[in-house]
Amino acid sequence: MSEAGDPKTVIAARAAQELRPGEIVNLGIGIPNLIPGYLGAGTEIFLHTENGLLGVGPRPAEDELDPDLVDAAKRPVTALPGASYFDSASSFAMIRGGHVDVAVLGALQVSERGDIANWAIPGKDVLGVGGAMDLVVGARRVIVTMTSTTPKGEAKLVHECTFPLTAREAVDVVVTEQAVFRIRGNSLVLTELLGGSTVADVSSVTEARFTIELED
Amino acid sequence: MTATGLVAAEEAVGRVKTGDTVMVGGFGLVGAPLTLIDALAEHSDATDLTVVSNNIGEPGKGLGKLLRQGRIRRGISSFFTSNPEAVAAVNAGEIEATLLPQGTFAEAIRAGGGGIAGFFTPVGAGTLLAEGKEERLIDGVPHVLEQPIRADVALVYAARADELGNLWYRHTARNFNPLMATAATLTIAEAGEVVPVGELEPESIATPHLYVDYLVAHR
Repeated sequence: MSEAGDPKTVIAARAAQELRPGEIVNLGIGIPNLIPGYLGAGTEIFLHTENGLLGVGPRPAEDELDPDLVDAAKRPVTALPGASYFDSASSFAMIRGGHVDVAVLGALQVSERGDIANWAIPGKDVLGVGGAMDLVVGARRVIVTMTSTTPKGEAKLVHECTFPLTAREAVDVVVTEQAVFRIRGNSLVLTELLGGSTVADVSSVTEARFTIELED
Repeated sequence: MTATGLVAAEEAVGRVKTGDTVMVGGFGLVGAPLTLIDALAEHSDATDLTVVSNNIGEPGKGLGKLLRQGRIRRGISSFFTSNPEAVAAVNAGEIEATLLPQGTFAEAIRAGGGGIAGFFTPVGAGTLLAEGKEERLIDGVPHVLEQPIRADVALVYAARADELGNLWYRHTARNFNPLMATAATLTIAEAGEVVPVGELEPESIATPHLYVDYLVAHR
């Protein structure tokens, strides 16, 4: 990678381009939360948070903190004009019922068929799933934002997930700091190289089998 | 039922008995009935409790107090992880954990309150959380049969109530509270403010008073 910026900002900036004006979007914790900073002018989207708010606004100023107004990570947020509040069953009915257009979330592993593991590490605690399973099953498009490898250098795009699954065949797009992949007909396709990466760079950190259909 | 004026928190939580299943509203501590939980921790001997709550509080806060007192036997939750002491208690075999996807957890409570005997959801199919549950292909998609959840007592929080027990929730402090209010044999509501009957806009009442048995003032 010749023009390596911070991988997280590279990923967030590219993932932002996947969102279309007017879409209802649920952003996960971490890289997805950086996306609003990279949306172009006129790309108004509506942010949904599963704890019961459609129309999430920016973080409040220190003197505007409201303990009753948080996002799914329990961080303070604001509500934009036109926002609405609802209970948790309604919120997940929106998700499960296909009314949320896009979920953008991180992952520990994604398989070449689009299986995703993002809630538990084997041998560690498997006691917190939250809304992860509901989101990846219910959202109409699932975009995964993740670095291509773990801090130890292990590939996260894998042949088969070895971590506990969140859902099978649920992922549509994967954005890493090196590339954009799309899952088409249950197989992984490399469609774009980022940050000066080459196909050889991508191959060296990808265990999953993929085909190449680079788009302009 | 219908609430008949305010009762003291200590008196209301006196209805929780040893071995009961208790639902507790809140997303973490947001919208959690902290006055009722504190009263349960300080003025009740009920133990061996099954707690139904999205989280088991935080260390030493909310349900985290009951956990430290060793009064929780089992937790049904979507995210134990927000209280590391709850995770440690599960790993030490001190409490039993039932983990559900958050949407399944919410829907199971809704079903419990609304007389639905179970439901098929695609969420969790083929994962660890479907183990031991009936799976069925519906329109070619694997689904999991989930059971409704009911409780002996529900503890909920609302920013505003009227004297009949109609409840009005504020912002994201609503979360699981209106669902849990429907799904217990006895519902105790803690209110930030209690107003005279007629002052709440009927359209803004999210929990009609028929669900509420006791009304307690938030402290």
